[in-house]
Amino acid sequence: MAGAMVELEHVSKRFVKSLDIAEKIVNTFGGKLKEQVVHAVDKVDLAVNDGEVVGLVGESGCGKSTLGRVIAGIHAASDGVVRFRGRDITEMSSAEAKEWALQVQMIFQDPMSSLNPRLRVREIIGEAAQYHGLASADTLDDYVDEMMLRVGLEPSFKRRFPHQFSGGQRQRIGIARALAVRPSFLVCDEAIAALDVSIQAQVINLFMRLREDLGLTYLFISHDLGVVEHLSDRVVIMYLGRVVETAPTEALFKEPNHPYTVALLGEVPRIDNRGRKFTPVKGEIPSPIDPPAGCHFHPRCPHAMEKCRMSQPILREIAPGRYSACHLNEQS
Amino acid sequence: MADSQPTLSVEDLKTYFFTKGGVARAVDGVSFSISRGEVMGLVGESGSGKSVTGFSIMGLVDPPGEVVSGRILFQGENLVGADDERMRELRGSRVAMIFQDPMMTLNPVLRIDTQMIEAVQAHEKVDRRTAFERSRDALGQVGIPSPEERLSAYPHQFSGGMRQRVAIAIALLHQPELIIADEPTTALDVTIQGQILFEVQKLCRERGMSLIWITHDLAVVAGLADKICVMYSGRIVETGAIDDVLDGPLHPYTKGLIGSVPSHNKRGEVLAQIPGMAPSLLDVPSGCAFHPRCPRADEACRRQPELYAPVQPGHQVRCIHPHLEPA
Repeated sequence: MAGAMVELEHVSKRFVKSLDIAEKIVNTFGGKLKEQVVHAVDKVDLAVNDGEVVGLVGESGCGKSTLGRVIAGIHAASDGVVRFRGRDITEMSSAEAKEWALQVQMIFQDPMSSLNPRLRVREIIGEAAQYHGLASADTLDDYVDEMMLRVGLEPSFKRRFPHQFSGGQRQRIGIARALAVRPSFLVCDEAIAALDVSIQAQVINLFMRLREDLGLTYLFISHDLGVVEHLSDRVVIMYLGRVVETAPTEALFKEPNHPYTVALLGEVPRIDNRGRKFTPVKGEIPSPIDPPAGCHFHPRCPHAMEKCRMSQPILREIAPGRYSACHLNEQS
Repeated sequence: MADSQPTLSVEDLKTYFFTKGGVARAVDGVSFSISRGEVMGLVGESGSGKSVTGFSIMGLVDPPGEVVSGRILFQGENLVGADDERMRELRGSRVAMIFQDPMMTLNPVLRIDTQMIEAVQAHEKVDRRTAFERSRDALGQVGIPSPEERLSAYPHQFSGGMRQRVAIAIALLHQPELIIADEPTTALDVTIQGQILFEVQKLCRERGMSLIWITHDLAVVAGLADKICVMYSGRIVETGAIDDVLDGPLHPYTKGLIGSVPSHNKRGEVLAQIPGMAPSLLDVPSGCAFHPRCPRADEACRRQPELYAPVQPGHQVRCIHPHLEPA
């Protein structure tokens, strides 16, 4: 446990839908069409320490997947600095950048759309490892066997194609492929959301075992608070592109601070919560194209005041290690 | 409930699919009943036959699938073998279904008002104005703001949660006595799921509507249902009042399912996982279908156990070695 493995400073990611030719023509005749800009990630600061499991929670459209992709290097950040082991990734030499790309691996929600259906499992898992010189042509078979055993797959299945496996097994193939390049940091984007309950438990246990065996660091992106609570050391809650609260898992679940976190925790269905009276949060998640001014959550917030409509609350420390972005904290 | 006759009673229902690879016994001898105003959770993993049970009740099983035996008694009337004419009368007016994906229910090229008015007029001879008002009120009931304006929108102009509300509103148009909901909140966000559960719960309480909630998520059922049926490989393996089943599961599969859900007091611990995976319906293990994955299985499990109530009436289990010791 030393230093931040990945650090984000004021990272933003915008997606711009530029005007097509018809719209440009409309504008030359005095139309007032504007480019649509989605602020998927809006000035996020985040640090993931070595060996830590950070849960990133939010509802659809809050930018959690985009943030995961920025960290994994799939998207470039529009603004801000991403540092890996203290090095700004835009200033890395090509050798460093390659090392970074191997160290950070991503596991996706739907294994069927992230595995090449025409490759055998042996190629899927072994291809990258061979290319990067982690295994030679002679040792590749042993190497793939080792990876398959590690994630609980039968090595004799390595000549099969992805469609010959069940959903849970496919997800294991995806994990084995990520592990094959010996990463230190895994970004799991809803990695267990598509699996059946009993298979989910198997994969959760696998993630925990791998963490112990290989000392991995995780960013675990999920909408499922139960799973995040189970796995994470620290939880980050996002709403419409902004981080609204971050806290150690136990503290967050015991005493959520931000009204959105409170609402979210209230909605989590739990087995020991019978015949309950549902008291839903009002309203929809606003469109990220046109987010509400001030605090993004104010139209749905039961405590919203005049100030929340005007100015954006900043993320401030409310207790050691706990941060929350809410105007309510400034009063007391 | 006070009514002596249950709203729906399913007796020994068998729905098989005759495929090239063999006969898939998707539903293999399922029995349960629901009283007025009761909410039943039908829980199982993919391929357990929970959705096919719902489709069988609605008469929506298409070839190669077929309801081969059993009875489905809706208000005393047997729906198995009922002709298409009769089923069409019942479907949508007295029994309705809500699907996981609302785009399955909604026609993407028609406006919401067209679809809803059509649904009203399909079962009742009313003029367009009345049908329009009924549709508007139904949308209002499921919590859609400014329903009058929203009626003239197309399905793609709604968010996922709103579309599911529209689908629920259509199901409610004729005040059905029974609603079958097939994983309606699985694709939705937590706060939106909470809103839908709130509306559904309110409607059941106010109208005495019976509800079958089909899901894989025990936690959702825990908050909503009065009783629960757990399915595995086409059979009900455990059924009973929600508290009895979740607090004292008898079947090793139910116990395993409950153990695999992360909860407050187990943070960071290894979850009690069920080894292996659900068998293919074309190749169901003989005897108790769960025995290859079961920690308590022995020779005796090679024959098929019957549903019985070892502890208290109403809490039935299909297992030779149930968990009788206190949890």
